[in-house]
Amino acid sequence: MLLSFLPIPDQASTQAVSVDTLFLVFTALVVFFTVLVCVVLIIFSIKYTRGTKADRSNPLDGSLKLEIMWSVIPLFLAIGAFGWASHVYFEMVHPPADAMEIHVVGRQWMWKIQHPTGQREINELHVPVGRPVKLTMTSQDVIHSFFIPAFRVKQDVVPGTYSQLWFEATKPGTYHLFCAEYCGTEHSRMIGSVVVMEPQAYEEWLQSGTTSESMVAAGERLFRDKGCSGCHAGTSSVRAPILNGVYGGPVPLDDGSVVTADDMYMRDSILLPKKQVAAGFKPIMPTYQGQLSEEELFQLIAYIKTLK
Amino acid sequence: MSSEALTHPAEPAKHASAGDNYLTNGFSLKSWLLTLDHKRIGILYLISVSVFFVIGGLAASLIRLELITPAGDVLSHETYNKMFTVHGVVMVFFFLVPSIPAVLGNFLIPLMIGARDLAFPRLNLLSWYIYIVGGLFTLTVALTGGIDTGWTFYTPYSSMFSNTYVAMAAVGVFITGFSSILTGLNFIVTIHKMRAPGLTWFRLPLFVWAHYATSLIMILGTPVLASTVALVAVERVFHIGVFDPALGGDPILFQHLFWFYSHPAVYIMILPAMGVISELISTFSRRPIFGYHFIAFSSIAIAAIGFLVWGHHLFVSGQSPYAGLVFSFITFLVAVPSAIKTFNWTATLYKSSISWDTPMIYAMGFMGLFLIGGLTGLYLAAIAIDIHVTDTYFVVAHFHYIMVGGAVMGYLGGMHYWWPKITGRMYPEGWAKISAVLIFAGFNLTFFPQFIVGYWGMPRRYHTYAAEFQVLNVMSTAGASVLGFAYAFPVFYFLWSLKYGKKAPSNPWGATGLEWQTPSPPPTTNFDEVPVVTEEPYHYPMLEPERV
Ligand code: HEC
Ligand code: HEM
Ligand SMILES: [Cu+2]
Ligand SMILES: [Cu+2]
Repeated sequence: MLLSFLPIPDQASTQAVSVDTLFLVFTALVVFFTVLVCVVLIIFSIKYTRGTKADRSNPLDGSLKLEIMWSVIPLFLAIGAFGWASHVYFEMVHPPADAMEIHVVGRQWMWKIQHPTGQREINELHVPVGRPVKLTMTSQDVIHSFFIPAFRVKQDVVPGTYSQLWFEATKPGTYHLFCAEYCGTEHSRMIGSVVVMEPQAYEEWLQSGTTSESMVAAGERLFRDKGCSGCHAGTSSVRAPILNGVYGGPVPLDDGSVVTADDMYMRDSILLPKKQVAAGFKPIMPTYQGQLSEEELFQLIAYIKTLK
Repeated sequence: MSSEALTHPAEPAKHASAGDNYLTNGFSLKSWLLTLDHKRIGILYLISVSVFFVIGGLAASLIRLELITPAGDVLSHETYNKMFTVHGVVMVFFFLVPSIPAVLGNFLIPLMIGARDLAFPRLNLLSWYIYIVGGLFTLTVALTGGIDTGWTFYTPYSSMFSNTYVAMAAVGVFITGFSSILTGLNFIVTIHKMRAPGLTWFRLPLFVWAHYATSLIMILGTPVLASTVALVAVERVFHIGVFDPALGGDPILFQHLFWFYSHPAVYIMILPAMGVISELISTFSRRPIFGYHFIAFSSIAIAAIGFLVWGHHLFVSGQSPYAGLVFSFITFLVAVPSAIKTFNWTATLYKSSISWDTPMIYAMGFMGLFLIGGLTGLYLAAIAIDIHVTDTYFVVAHFHYIMVGGAVMGYLGGMHYWWPKITGRMYPEGWAKISAVLIFAGFNLTFFPQFIVGYWGMPRRYHTYAAEFQVLNVMSTAGASVLGFAYAFPVFYFLWSLKYGKKAPSNPWGATGLEWQTPSPPPTTNFDEVPVVTEEPYHYPMLEPERV
């Protein structure tokens, strides 16, 4: 690449290119202003050092014209920079609808990852090249941050909520995975690698493991074992909502408001059932706080999503 | 206020004996520890912030030593984490926040406005004691076990997971906060009520304007910080859920509260330095500050807008993208008044007559470093870039350029400028110049590589790191060694000058401020006669055209 003499790290995602372009243009602007001010400073310093001969007649104590000029020009540049940067940002926040979803659970001091097929890995993330990947992440303890420098992406992983991050890898290879939010003693050991593979190789890798069941199958098993089906299976005597088709749709609540049934809503319904009660039902669902691991929650939600 | 000068304004009272000044007004320990003289209290602060600077500096040395190699071979994980926490907490809360305001501001504001003291001298002494109590708490924590949360105390790590003495340290920061609040209050009342006759608002030195803006932030922001760290301590001790989701709390709430104070707090650190720089540039170029009103109002603008940008520290925390955009936009805006100041200082030199004394070298160093620090803030304001560089060494470099390159350079420049006034002695100019240049060089060698290693992806607060980051880290440590030595020089020659330095005249630099119209060191009552101000600030005689 033409700019390869610049200290730009590996670019291995679609985002990396747009972020670096932005970065380089900002750098050009910054260098321009720094040099401008420094050159003027140096000229004045040399010219007006005490004892040198120089024209010091009609000095300027202030000038409204100049003040306006050097307030307004930076202002417009700042607004322009803001506009462009925000445009790049908006492309980065919204994952494409067809992105493949992988689940990440952070804990002191490791990353636990599960693929839809059920394949699990620790401190390693295998992804196919050329395909958008969406990570849904949470933490079991403190705040961590999932950071892949070569992709220019980073997202805090916060206990009690789901956060998302997406990317599309463009270059096969092995890249750093770092925890970027200080999380205690072995924060700097909470590292791993992201392995970007050709789609074919990725499929083979998925098959190669010792996975017994997919996430959905695990979720279905939990739905039975944890007694959810006892209430939610339609045939039961308890009046509880049938979960078919709930995911993604609007849910009217008993306080009259309507919310969208996303992952967070599912999570809250299971852990904090009293927080949002579906309209027309009694708040009899027991809380599962402390009885389900973060991984099991992901599996249950994955299963509920498939109920159509 | 019953000075002789006040009762007999017509005939200036002669001092009982020449050389009778605030330093000779009692030599006992008690005369210092119970003093109500703002100048002596300034000295008490000078000694205490210097001690904290040394402590923070030692921690930094250990950090840089460890980072020479990628492996963790000097310190354990635990010790490393405690070191950067001690470094951050001490440097921010116990050195930088009080440095310029409590040392130079305390000493100079009454002198600059022609007053005998601050409005509330007892409160002023109380502020120092509060600061010392808070400091001792924190030091005790550091010596008896340490804390490992980072100076940002992010929850729920700090409140529920860390096994170190977080509650104690939080109490220390909480207590010290009150010292800031009281100092800010004292400054504001003093500046409103005690200006000498004729000293209108727009005749005030810019140093005073900057401290006025700083005091506003101290009063409005610090209570939020104090309550926030208090909540952390409450959650830790009583397990009342505030920030920990396992207890029904919200961990991100902490970050909002923390940065609501701590972003404005960065202006508590830089605005006073900007005030110092305005004084230095004017004095050593013999010119009034270009666009005085713009500089004065930009301080206030920075203080005000500074309260609206805290969310730029949360771009990757999961805050709504729309909120992120608003914070990003306002952050871009706050850069503008900062830019204005730089342009104005530069323009001041036009058709000036510059003398290159040590303080002026610091002022130039400040300009260069602050420029880089401020402009790199724009990368961080752009969310798309910030996502990549937040929590990496890029951010570390950014804020060190501002807080060390800017605020500490301003502090040292100010110390050199007013040292003759404070002590009545001149320091050795040659040594001082060499140190100033070394500090500038060492600083750049230490922190510039961190921009690059940050962009390469090295996260901050990493005890061990990937091998490809080593070269830049070695450079950084080399720079830090230069910097460490260079910082030590002033300690020696300042102390040396107390005994052997040339006696300073009352106005060694030929400056205009009121503080230069009283003897060096000033008498206990500051002025024999209340000065009357009839001129604009920085009113230097017209320089003769075509000549020096
Ligand atoms: C004792 C019966 C009972 C059990 C057992 C039970 N639920 Fe529920 N659940 C309910 C009731 C009643 C509601 C509706 C009231 C409410 O929203 O709390 C509900 C609501 C929900 C909702 C929100 C549905 C909507 O339409 O908004 C979800 C999702 C859910 N449950 C999932 C589960 C899962 C997963 C389990 C097993 C881990 C489970 N439930 C176990 C009774 C039960
Ligand atoms: C002039 C314009 C400035 C802009 C646009 C700016 C912007 C920013 C932004 C967006 C961040 C957040 C970065 C992140 O955490 O990802 C940041 C961090 C920081 N800035 Fe600035 N900044 C400016 C000036 C200053 C000044 C004047 C100071 C201090 C005196 C300062 C000190 C800091 C500190 C201490 C941090 C990081 C704190 C931490 O995470 O530990 N900045 N800056
Ligand atoms: Cu971490
Ligand atoms: Cu900030």
